[in-house]
Amino acid sequence: MNAPAANVALHDCRDAFVATLERLGEEDRNVVVVCNDSVGSSKVSGFQDRWPERLINVGIAEQNMVGVGAGLANGGKIPFVCAASCFLTGRALEQIKADVAYSDTNVKLVGISSGMAYGELGATHHSIEDFAWIRALPNVPVIAPADRVETAAAVAWAKSYDGPCFLRLSRVGVPDLLPEDHVFALGKADRICDGGDVTLIANGTLTHRAMTAAALLKKRGLSARVLNMATVRPIDGDAIVEAARETGAILTCEEHTVFGGLGSAVAEVVVDEFPVPMKRLGVPGVFAPTGSANFLLDEFGMSPEGIAESAEALVKRKRHSD
Amino acid sequence: MASNLEQIANWIRRRDLQSVYEAGAGHVGGEMSVIDILTALYFRILSVNPEQPQDPDRDRLVLSKGHTANALYVVLAKRGFIPQDEISTFLKPMSRLNGHPNRTKVPGIETNTGPLGHGLPVAVGMAKAAKLDKAAWRTFVITGDGEMQEGSNWEAIMAAAQFGLDNLTLIIDHNRLQQGARLLDTNNLAPFAPKLEAFGWAVEEIDGHDMDAICAALSSETVVKGKPKCVVAHTNKGQGISFMSDNVAWHHKVPDSVQYEQAMKELEGTAS
Repeated sequence: MNAPAANVALHDCRDAFVATLERLGEEDRNVVVVCNDSVGSSKVSGFQDRWPERLINVGIAEQNMVGVGAGLANGGKIPFVCAASCFLTGRALEQIKADVAYSDTNVKLVGISSGMAYGELGATHHSIEDFAWIRALPNVPVIAPADRVETAAAVAWAKSYDGPCFLRLSRVGVPDLLPEDHVFALGKADRICDGGDVTLIANGTLTHRAMTAAALLKKRGLSARVLNMATVRPIDGDAIVEAARETGAILTCEEHTVFGGLGSAVAEVVVDEFPVPMKRLGVPGVFAPTGSANFLLDEFGMSPEGIAESAEALVKRKRHSD
Repeated sequence: MASNLEQIANWIRRRDLQSVYEAGAGHVGGEMSVIDILTALYFRILSVNPEQPQDPDRDRLVLSKGHTANALYVVLAKRGFIPQDEISTFLKPMSRLNGHPNRTKVPGIETNTGPLGHGLPVAVGMAKAAKLDKAAWRTFVITGDGEMQEGSNWEAIMAAAQFGLDNLTLIIDHNRLQQGARLLDTNNLAPFAPKLEAFGWAVEEIDGHDMDAICAALSSETVVKGKPKCVVAHTNKGQGISFMSDNVAWHHKVPDSVQYEQAMKELEGTAS
């Protein structure tokens, strides 16, 4: 494990989520939380202490949880439906499709402990398909913040947005990356490192690894652009085309299967608009073996060194095709 | 008073039958079984205003058996939510009246249904919202009896009792037939009443084609404080049309011209 550096403070983004949620709850009594016996894992006990009647725990029943969220929205509430992402998006996918996306209800789906955050618990508890599942549905923005600042900004944005959305959060510690005054803009990537030889596109727990990889590449004489692409749908096509045109090669990194997630969304734009050499890093279509999320990300070639090596190989491919 | 409701229901049956016949598709059997319940709701029980379909204080009706959407469209048209002329667009290209109801297109629809087992959880959320606001509006949801085989309904049944949602009424359209066969021969949940009672609900069984009984069971005066209510409405699939009634073949069969004429004649014969 060589990322992040041992001397960098790491933060659990759930803390930023609940702090923002409580602030929003103070401002608007229509903000409610719906969960599936997940008060602890969603870290919403503070919300429950302050407004017990507005914490609606349906028990271990995810289909009902999402349906109840849609009904609360019909009654004028702004429900944040919080559950482990694997159960929220897997068990209740048809409710998300019919009751939330198709019915266009003002439901904020919050997938907690997404990706491989429950690493050692095994593949049943991994949520590495949720980008693909939710991205396939019309009408639901899909957002994976990279640090605590972006998490807070995205939660505040979700409250202000009149419609459904899916926030994909992790519990795996990440360092601060974005400035304190960062404002979340749906569908807009942030260029957090300039570069012209290759572009690294990442989100969630992978953004800081991509940044560290860019620093390694710089030492080796390669200048990598880094795009933090929190919004997977709607994807920032302009930033992708610009990256393709200006750097000629794109490497994507995500805590998700390589089938249907961020890499696929980027590749769709690249193929349609400006074909250049690409490589998609992620979970390569397998059920992951035992290990922590950080261990597994390293194992699947997404340590900063692994990302840097993939970027170097990609740059060589680019030169071959010139 | 009930006779007036019966006249409206008879008109709705005829218009529904005509619509299915002209469209060449629909779910006429289940529509005939639920029309009396829908008529009582929209013309006696529900506090709704076609001029303000989004009034926050309106009562909510969720048709969880969404495949009988055409019956709801005809009721909504008769009640003034959509133009009556529009019924003839049912299932036509680009019509907003497709085979299952869509709240984003049709005023008066509360949630999009179609996949079974969705309406009751959503209705639980609606009733919970009213409780949070200490608001007086009520929530009604209609499921099919076969639909009760969906596990999501039982998740919602548990939650409604836990939350003490006495502002929620579940009406089970108990016509004893599901798409492919009798409940009895498939996955027989009947009798429903003891099961719902065991989950902490107040339950009433009625003849689902008796307008007085429907209105009484749905009246706010019969709410049991602290408990959600289930009305098990004993109905007939294809009610009002002799050759369709209680006949599993008529789940989504479309009458030919001879059958259509006969069915219409029978319905006209019972119109006063």
